Amino acid sequence: MSEAREQILAGIRRSLKRGRLDAARETELRDRVAAHRRNLVPARAAAVARVNSPAAVPEAVARYLAAENLPADLVLAPDLSLDDILWDARPLLRTRRGRAEAGDTVSLTRCFVAIAETGTLMLISGAETPTTLNFLPDTHIVLVYADQVVATYEDGWDRLRTDGGMPRAINFITGPSRTGDIEQRIELGAHGPRRLHIILVDDRQKATDGESK
Amino acid sequence: MLATSRAFEANARAGLANDNLQRALALMRTGFPQRRRLAVERLPEFEVLREIAKSIKDHTLEHLDFYLELFEENVLASGGQVHWARSPDEACAAVLAICRSVDARIVTKGKSMIAEEVGLNERLEKNGITTVETDLGEYIIQLRHEPPSHLIAPAIHLMKEQVAETFRAEHLALDPERSLAEARQLCDEARAVLRPRFLAADVGITGANFLVASTGSSIIVTNEGNGDLTQTLPRVHIVMTSLEKLVPTLEDATTLLRLLARSATGQEFSSYTTVSTGPRRPGDLDGPEQYHVVLLDNGRSALLGGEFQDMLRCIRCSACMNHCPVYAAIGGHAYGWVYSGPMGAVLTPSLIGVAEAGHLPNASTFCGQCESVCPVKIPLPKMMRHWREREFAEKLNPPVYRAGLSLWAWVAKRPALYHALVELASRALGWLGRGRGRFRTLPLANGWTAVRDLPAPEGRSFHSLWAERRNGGTVK
Repeated sequence: MSEAREQILAGIRRSLKRGRLDAARETELRDRVAAHRRNLVPARAAAVARVNSPAAVPEAVARYLAAENLPADLVLAPDLSLDDILWDARPLLRTRRGRAEAGDTVSLTRCFVAIAETGTLMLISGAETPTTLNFLPDTHIVLVYADQVVATYEDGWDRLRTDGGMPRAINFITGPSRTGDIEQRIELGAHGPRRLHIILVDDRQKATDGESK
Repeated sequence: MLATSRAFEANARAGLANDNLQRALALMRTGFPQRRRLAVERLPEFEVLREIAKSIKDHTLEHLDFYLELFEENVLASGGQVHWARSPDEACAAVLAICRSVDARIVTKGKSMIAEEVGLNERLEKNGITTVETDLGEYIIQLRHEPPSHLIAPAIHLMKEQVAETFRAEHLALDPERSLAEARQLCDEARAVLRPRFLAADVGITGANFLVASTGSSIIVTNEGNGDLTQTLPRVHIVMTSLEKLVPTLEDATTLLRLLARSATGQEFSSYTTVSTGPRRPGDLDGPEQYHVVLLDNGRSALLGGEFQDMLRCIRCSACMNHCPVYAAIGGHAYGWVYSGPMGAVLTPSLIGVAEAGHLPNASTFCGQCESVCPVKIPLPKMMRHWREREFAEKLNPPVYRAGLSLWAWVAKRPALYHALVELASRALGWLGRGRGRFRTLPLANGWTAVRDLPAPEGRSFHSLWAERRNGGTVK
């Protein structure tokens, strides 16, 4: 359909009453794009509660699942950094590694960064972080280390560029799935997770058990 | 989609007489505007962000050819494909060709207004491909064979009892005695019915809220998560989109995203905002094997450089219709095509012609609310006036209307005569209405007096009072 392409581009130029941009202007625009210039970033105050050390994660997960009356079956992202957590510390917690399948009820993933501006999690796809974990199970548990919290979305883009570039999918997640399509009443759990549970880990290095105050 | 915009008057009357619609619209009038207001109040920079968003869109439109080529270059670099489509027919043909190439039987769809604009579902169904809408509102109206009545809440015209009726009629495998009294139960039922469809689909089609030139990415903004299941689970992801969704960079998209959810639902950010760049990468355990972008023009490139270019800034947030007294009275279906409310009143004549859709820019009180809430400051009332001028210039209005307008113009261009006639008329009406102070009926003014009284003039025209005052006289 390259004929369509040429006609559409020619139509745009005709409407704008000019030919193709000159090389100098094209270079300027390429520079604009490459500069990653930020527009206005709103100043927002966001409170971050820090509750756990890594060793306390299995306990926190198990307690959450029990409180919600959910089965203690967990599908974990095949994320190497999750290996540091001693899942065996809670023998009743059954874990599997991989992408999510149709029957999975609870998933646990890390995030790429967490954005304070709107309390938004930024997750990226990759071999160790399959996207299906974020959407198929009824309950999605996300581990956030305190040093992953950034102020704005723009900080997330910067971090991404220094960390290897654009992944296939970036999911910004702010709360569980919801719909207002019936009489504008907000109902949670439309198609994605009914519950989003965030576990904030105070200090990723801390080896001691127990929760921070 | 076949337009019924010509029948706007009949459509609007039907809307006014529809009790369910009126109940549903009453919910909307209090819902959306209030939530938007609260969200805007919580973000002190909102007004400045609007100005920046406008300039980002203007900049992109002025250099649209450049950014389209850059976008294409980056889509190709990430392993995706771009299909340029001049017309709805070319867009449908591109999607159909992709579906056939993978022998697709079931296609799931996230919400896409472009797919509505090109009539994609009918085209796919006609070719034996089962097409399943997955956004709850879209799913409901697909079952009812209705078009969407709102940009972001396609089933906003329905009450939950109507949805329950539809589900009972369509979900025949389920227990007929089940309770569907609550919205919660309806959501759960749709979730259960649609989940196997997500898993069975061969191709997933979504729209795009934004396209990012610098990375070749498409962005969708949703709350249900249906768009993400649609584009993650099948082998092929097709993005149905149009030229003007483009922005230069991720930072530019971010600025627009800060405005979008706040303007639309009053959320600070929607539950899910997803940036997609190309197909599955080596080592990935999920995600589509193919990533296609179908780029629709359908008359948009011709709007550049003219009086309607500003309309191409629209980010489809629906704030204009949520705040429109006309939309709130008649609902979206009255507009007779895909787009409704003030943005539809301007965009529809651009896309299907003013001869077809001339009623729409006339259906306005010109209160200006739409422009004042538009996150990218589109001068909607001004553009409706442009359409009215075009409609008149192309001799599309009824003869009586044209004759009346011509007569008025002839008189208005002769100030002495105009002032004399106005003075005469106001004195006469003032004298005639001196008892009651208002008229229940008046010859030639039935259109006004049929539904309300006309207040009687004080007796003298403004012009003569003003002239007297300027000449040093006193005003009594």
